[in-house]
Amino acid sequence: MKRLRISEKMRELMTGYYMAGMQAECNAWITSGAPVELLHALDVYPVYPENHGALIGATKLGGYYCEFAEKNGFSRDLCSYARCDIGCVFAGTSPIGGLPKPTFLFACNNICNTVVKWYEVLSRIFKVPLFVLDMPFIRKELKDCHLRYVEEQLYDFISFAERVTDRKLDDAKLRDVVLKSMESVELYSECLRTAANKPSPMTCFDAFVNMAPIVCLRGTDHAVSFYKEMKQELDERVKEGVSAIEREEIRLLWDNIPVWYRLKWFGEFFEKRNACLVADTYTNAWSGFKVSRGEDVLSGMAEVYTVSYLNIGMEMTAEIINKLIDLYDVDGVVMHSNRSCKPYSFGQYEIQKKLSVPSVIIEADMVDERVFSEAQVVTRLEAFLEML
Amino acid sequence: MITVGIDIGSITAKCVVLEDTRILGYKISRVKPNLEVTAKEILAETLSFVGLKREDVGRIVATGYGRNMVDFADKKITEISCHAAGACFLISNAGTVIDIGGQDSKVIAVENGKVLDFVMNDKCAAGTGRFIEVMAAALNLRIEDVGSLAVKATKKLKISSTCTVFAETEVVSYISSGEKVENIVAGVCDAIAGRIIAMANRVGIRREVVLTGGVAKNLGVKRAIEERLGFPVIVPEEPQIAGALGAAVLGQKA
Repeated sequence: MKRLRISEKMRELMTGYYMAGMQAECNAWITSGAPVELLHALDVYPVYPENHGALIGATKLGGYYCEFAEKNGFSRDLCSYARCDIGCVFAGTSPIGGLPKPTFLFACNNICNTVVKWYEVLSRIFKVPLFVLDMPFIRKELKDCHLRYVEEQLYDFISFAERVTDRKLDDAKLRDVVLKSMESVELYSECLRTAANKPSPMTCFDAFVNMAPIVCLRGTDHAVSFYKEMKQELDERVKEGVSAIEREEIRLLWDNIPVWYRLKWFGEFFEKRNACLVADTYTNAWSGFKVSRGEDVLSGMAEVYTVSYLNIGMEMTAEIINKLIDLYDVDGVVMHSNRSCKPYSFGQYEIQKKLSVPSVIIEADMVDERVFSEAQVVTRLEAFLEML
Repeated sequence: MITVGIDIGSITAKCVVLEDTRILGYKISRVKPNLEVTAKEILAETLSFVGLKREDVGRIVATGYGRNMVDFADKKITEISCHAAGACFLISNAGTVIDIGGQDSKVIAVENGKVLDFVMNDKCAAGTGRFIEVMAAALNLRIEDVGSLAVKATKKLKISSTCTVFAETEVVSYISSGEKVENIVAGVCDAIAGRIIAMANRVGIRREVVLTGGVAKNLGVKRAIEERLGFPVIVPEEPQIAGALGAAVLGQKA
């Protein structure tokens, strides 16, 4: 696989991000689907335990840190992001020396309900306040009452954060952060969309590796300039007809969170068989942040964060996947049934039936390498490729 | 052309020699810890059985979970594609292939030997041949006797646990409460059938349904599947060689 130059920059950027966190006067641990713009606007440094979990997974130490949580009574059936995060707290360290102690915690259940209990545990351990932003699940259609419910909580959160930090939210600053957030999301989406080219200049593995800035740094200049540069590199590849893999014969879409400890393995597996995973549903979930300019910022945010990818009904999910199938013109879908992520994996067998191309389900876990069975995964994937 | 299909499964190895569309002969052996040796031995054995030499063979295709250990194979193809090809070679109007092997089971939707869709069991021994082996050991039975005993049952005892280890505990408690062995065995067979049909429903069941793999020889499992489906299934004369046969068939085309 041809590595993107930008990945090196990503490493530097994220190292800087983690180092800045150690020195920040005030930080909040936040879930990946929460409105981080509010933190940036208050100069509260956002800490992402989920990103930290992915990083631990990538270093293949997921099982090791999960065991610290398991020894303290946390079930192995619990999400491995939660387990390794709590495990690192008990261990007092991590591959990057642990996360800085939080000033407060901010959980939003638009990605799952595990985060509520997970952050309650953190709140008890660290003895710091927790704010839970409760999102109504959008089964069929988004209603005004949903938005009012969420918007009111955003105001509650602002009062909560102002009280805890003893700072005042500046409206102009919030607007500025939101605009930057939108800009970086748009640039990031443009990067992902270059994969619609044939051959694709990038794989979903490039998207996974380079997604950290959109999660952790959206709303800052860092993310904007990073994705501008990434877009340039991808455009160059498209112009020169450079393919991300040696020979692209089969185009595929990945569903669910990556198997972090096997990214390279999967990349090589597919490349060897001339198959390119051009896109995925996971990183595409970050491509929808749009607030129209004239709109009230908070009501706009209420809407985008409520209809997040994991907070909508199965019909809508299938519709989104089918749109990605068309956009990227893929021949099949590889669905990772992720033992950790129940809301993402639940319903995959039903969704499969609604897709316009064939799909295969493999079982694994995003961080806990102890549940990965290579022979089982290989047979399913090889058979699927033979079938295509 | 003469082709050879070798299927290295988790418990048994199978080898079929095919000349165009005629099966010249086959062998089944127990897998040894060294899969390479297993593959070499069964090839030599089968070739000598049909009176051929290695030079007479045009192509060798390996399949099964140990396929990548068969270095001398010209091609390696997954057991999904091979079972589909093998079953359709034997039963030309097959619509669904149910293969229950030693460590995994699969349901394959087929049309003219081509795979349309498939589903495999998850990381769990329930619904596989290993499940029956474990239960047979708990009941002190020979594996071959399980099926014939099951059809003599007067009732089916319910094995509610899906986990092989816990199901064994259930079997032991049935024994100690004095239940008849045939009724327990019928419950074991039905438990497997239940798992298989749940899987089959995911890909959709289309007739004819062909049962392959070692477990297809178990009459108790076959009947339990038929009861749940509501119609008869077809078991080829030697269901265990379907994967190896399919490998040989695909070798003709490759």
